[in-house]
Amino acid sequence: MRSYDKYFRENRLPHMWCPGCGNGIVMKAIVQAIEAKNLDQDKTVIVSGIGCSSRASGYMNFDTLHTAHGRAIPFATGIKLANPELNVIVITGDGDCTAIGGNHFIHGARRNVDLTVILFNNNIYGMTGGQASPLTPLGKKATTAPYGSVDRPFDPCHLAEAAGATYVARSTAYHVKHLSDMIFQGMGNKGFSFIEAITQCPIAYGRKNKLGDAPEMLKWMSETAVMKAAYDKLPEEKREGKFPIGVFYNSEFTEYTTAYQKVIDLAGGAR
Amino acid sequence: MGNIKLMQGNEACAEGALAAGVRFFGGYPITPSTEIAESMAVMLPKVGGTFIQMEDEIAGIAVVLGASLAGKKVLTATSGPGFSLKQELIGYAAIAEIPLVIANVQRLGPSTGQPTSPAQGDVMQARWGTHGDHPMIALSPWTVKESFEVAVKAVNYAERFRTPVIILLDEIVGHLREKVELPDAKDIEIYPRRRPDCSREQGYEPYRPAADLVPNVADFGTGNRIHVTGLVHDETGFPSGSPKVTEESIRRLHQKIEIVQDEITHYDEFFMEDAEYAVVSYGGTARTAYAAVLEARNKGIKVGMVRLMTIWPFADKIVKKVANQVKAILVPELNYGQLVNEVERAAGGKAKVKLLAKYNTEIFTPNEICTAIEDLTAEVAD
Repeated sequence: MRSYDKYFRENRLPHMWCPGCGNGIVMKAIVQAIEAKNLDQDKTVIVSGIGCSSRASGYMNFDTLHTAHGRAIPFATGIKLANPELNVIVITGDGDCTAIGGNHFIHGARRNVDLTVILFNNNIYGMTGGQASPLTPLGKKATTAPYGSVDRPFDPCHLAEAAGATYVARSTAYHVKHLSDMIFQGMGNKGFSFIEAITQCPIAYGRKNKLGDAPEMLKWMSETAVMKAAYDKLPEEKREGKFPIGVFYNSEFTEYTTAYQKVIDLAGGAR
Repeated sequence: MGNIKLMQGNEACAEGALAAGVRFFGGYPITPSTEIAESMAVMLPKVGGTFIQMEDEIAGIAVVLGASLAGKKVLTATSGPGFSLKQELIGYAAIAEIPLVIANVQRLGPSTGQPTSPAQGDVMQARWGTHGDHPMIALSPWTVKESFEVAVKAVNYAERFRTPVIILLDEIVGHLREKVELPDAKDIEIYPRRRPDCSREQGYEPYRPAADLVPNVADFGTGNRIHVTGLVHDETGFPSGSPKVTEESIRRLHQKIEIVQDEITHYDEFFMEDAEYAVVSYGGTARTAYAAVLEARNKGIKVGMVRLMTIWPFADKIVKKVANQVKAILVPELNYGQLVNEVERAAGGKAKVKLLAKYNTEIFTPNEICTAIEDLTAEVAD
């Protein structure tokens, strides 16, 4: 028995993800962060949207909420505001968070509600069979971009920071311990924390783009991801084809439920 | 004579919701419903509640659903275009059985239409706006005082049946100001949210229905570790692809409302004892219809009136009864003809059913409806 087994609903496993999928790795990194943080299992809520990654909520042994497509963040906002003592963790995907949920994502960050949002970025709509998402890289193929995508992708970390998130980090399914640490640190931030977890979809994305099987896609992560400190020192020409991982942004700003408590105090109310 | 106020229908709706225990409001500004949000923004923090203005209409309903799951009684408010956007999560609330009240102050549509003008164009959207089969409760007040009372009822029904309840206001009642005597708090009946009757260890299942077919879903953070989803699910709350589970769960969602239909069907009857004709009306239009019925009575026409507060589920029984009594029924509506089809269906050919439709931004005058009653008597005589 592993120490983190209690955080899974064993009777709901095995999961429904494809062979080689990285979502299980990211899910495990989340529960390891929860374990390290020693969050109260009965006071922690996992909220997800719709898509492959969002099915994770059903496997996790907490109060869990599988919402509608794109809407995890406003549901989570309601939970946190209604009961600020709860730890609220959001699991979302690239399509869920940055396409249909894009407006909720930027406004969640703007309000700085104390949520930890983990974006499973597999660059594709996996559940529906491989359509392009706002995080599909330029030129990469998808069933709805058969000649290669011409839609410029977001950098969700830049987006989160610009919108007001107070903690922004990225890691990958290859760097499991690092990923778990990025999530752990995000849980420690009192405010809107955003962690992009790059994960592999060998079936709907890798196969179409000849990226190899899961080990090869993980190998690509190990070879192209560079720790932020090292990446910052690289000359421009050496950054080509690489991407940084680590904590990109961390700042202090009044958390929303704290700010709203001041409204309640001003109005003369009491919870 | 305690709490007498001059107030607007929208304000009364907010006051009623608050009196019924609503402690969380989320929404997006939209005419002509905005005063509900504005009232909640002022009042909620005074009682330790929470008001939040969201980025769009969908977030406005999502945030209250989250708050409801975390244990709060909740309200959101909108109007036609926003009501269209909220349909997605009205369905979510229906299948996940989350208590929710939506106030929809109707304006003239479709689309942006006539934003500050009255209409009753969302009657069918209230019933069928979200996809798939689902039950619906919708209540339509005709006075400012009743706007308060309907809000209380709506909150209680949402909690008791764990289902979305729509307050189908219209611009007429929403923006009307009347003298209202608000009841004392002790005189307001409040339905408290039910809790699980056993623990996880004792075999608690969040979606196992109680005798009234409504499950006792635990609030988040109470140690029950439940799963809530918009997928079809069994009693455990987890998704199931089984045809049997699917059929049973869709049937139960309907039956939990069907078995209480008589209890939640509210209406008024006026001058029906000797009536040979009837007007069936609702919302702000019913105010004009009432004046028209008085006028017609003065002219010697034996006409009565049924005023529906409960729009959905439709009041089949009373309409059937009326159809068996009278020669003809007039249905004035501020739309191209919506509830008239339900009246016709329920009447089952026993009485002639005639629509008086208006959709030009103006409300009916008593004269218009009275003339329509006179015309109807002439038509029947022919």
